[in-house]
Amino acid sequence: MNNIPLAEEHRMLQIQILRHNPSALLCDSDKGSHLQTFEVEEALGMTLFIALNEIREEQDPSLQFDFVCRAGICGSCGMIINGRPGLACRTLTKDLPDVIVLAPLPGFELIGDLSVNTGKWMRGMSEHLETWVHNQELEEINIDVIEERMEPRLAEQIYELERCIECGCCIAACGTTQMREEFVGAAGLNQIARFRLDPRDKRSDADYYELIGNDAGVFGCMTLLGCEDMCPKNLPLATQIAFLRRRMAMTTG
Amino acid sequence: MNRKLNLWPARLDLLQSLSGLALVVFVWCHMFFESSILLGKDAMLWVTKMFEGEHFFGEPYPLLVSAIAGIIFLLVALHAILALRKFPSSYRQYHRFHLHMNGLHHSDTTLWYLQVITGFLLFFLASTHLYTVLVQPDNIGPYASSDRIWSGRFWIMYALLLLSAHLHAGAGAYRLAMKWGPASLTGSKAARHKLKTAMWCIIGFFLILGAASLATYMKLGYDHRDHIGERYMPSSHQVQQE
Ligand code: HEM
Ligand code: SF4
Ligand code: SF4
Ligand code: FES
Repeated sequence: MNNIPLAEEHRMLQIQILRHNPSALLCDSDKGSHLQTFEVEEALGMTLFIALNEIREEQDPSLQFDFVCRAGICGSCGMIINGRPGLACRTLTKDLPDVIVLAPLPGFELIGDLSVNTGKWMRGMSEHLETWVHNQELEEINIDVIEERMEPRLAEQIYELERCIECGCCIAACGTTQMREEFVGAAGLNQIARFRLDPRDKRSDADYYELIGNDAGVFGCMTLLGCEDMCPKNLPLATQIAFLRRRMAMTTG
Repeated sequence: MNRKLNLWPARLDLLQSLSGLALVVFVWCHMFFESSILLGKDAMLWVTKMFEGEHFFGEPYPLLVSAIAGIIFLLVALHAILALRKFPSSYRQYHRFHLHMNGLHHSDTTLWYLQVITGFLLFFLASTHLYTVLVQPDNIGPYASSDRIWSGRFWIMYALLLLSAHLHAGAGAYRLAMKWGPASLTGSKAARHKLKTAMWCIIGFFLILGAASLATYMKLGYDHRDHIGERYMPSSHQVQQE
């Protein structure tokens, strides 16, 4: 039996990309934002990452998009794929129709074309929510002493939430963040849930309440569940948000 | 530590959910009372008299009905003013939400928007209905209600109320379960899917029950259109009189 596939007929993909270059607005060659269509022949196992690189190499070197790891780890390739946020490097073209529309993630500063500054947003959120271990003792820690042990189960639970790659898909998938810029989003709430689990972080629920006990925090979430359904890392966001909501509603000060 | 947390955001969120939950429970119970007409005029009369307290005190006190309507009115007002905070509030917010929803094709996002629309309609529809009950508590019964529904043309309002209230209540109950737990506790997609199926079944059930009752009232009202104002006599009375 010969199972080696012979030269197959491949689909011709129409990839429509929302082009916009904010820094070139003053040039007379600029056409503002517009959809540009590229044709790419599909290959076996092709991801959007491969398709976009092919376009940039062979058709238009000015196309802007971000990639680092191409393995769903760095979180830089989030974009809107046929209306839904997702990671381009983890999206196989075979799961998409012949026409693929790509747009930058909304809610973030646009660098150009498909490239957005999620890092700036995440950093702002992180500073606002103080997403680091708060512990006075740690400041005088003796690094020659072995760290305190942590239950493997707890370490696993923390690790589960730590898996967030800050890709911004949950922010783009959330109607609340789209309407209300000040909302910290599922990525932010997930961070709080993560540090709350961590025994090294000495903050109390009242401390957390000060950070997320308002309509820009957990009470702003309207349970639209876009975050839960579109997080490419499948983080248990609805569970964490409901949990924080209960804890924060029970906080008395 | 010496500081004062502002607990109002927590209280308001809790109150919004509790008022919503109380209204859902009320609306669902209400359907069984209202649909007693499907069992006949005597059954509905019995329920009417129960709410007027006749089975307990020996004579009717329609003011009891007014009181219930008043309480529900206050609950609706409380819930509406709290939920109003979540409405999109500017052209820009509506525009962004529409763009988002239309691109996303995500059922829970669309379901929320349905709740905003039906919630808005309920401002008017629930108020109209509650006002009628509040000021005419003695004007409820197999013929009195049917006359209002057919000859008084209230059926148009009731049909819209039925649809909006049940879509809103069903979606609201589902959202409550996801928002606070218990359904989001496990994070299991299967549990959520089951819950959502249950939500549509419940909505469907109440819409059918409500539509059947409304049709019955309309038919009764139509047959009774030449005797508007005349009250229904329980069949036991009619037998005695003969
Ligand atoms: C004037 C009438 C009403 C208005 C304007 C209104 C509006 C709303 C809105 C906009 C929401 C979404 C809030 C959010 O996403 O956080 C909501 C939620 C809800 N509504 Fe209503 N509603 C009304 C009447 C009712 C009635 C009659 C019921 C009961 C049948 C009800 C039950 C609920 C429930 C259970 C929720 C979910 C609560 C939550 O998310 O905390 N509502 N309502
Ligand atoms: S929670 Fe999920 S969707 Fe949101 S930033 Fe993290 S990995 Fe991305
Ligand atoms: S549940 Fe909905 S409103 Fe809440 S963070 Fe997720 S997408 Fe946003
Ligand atoms: S390139 Fe790193 S997540 Fe896609």
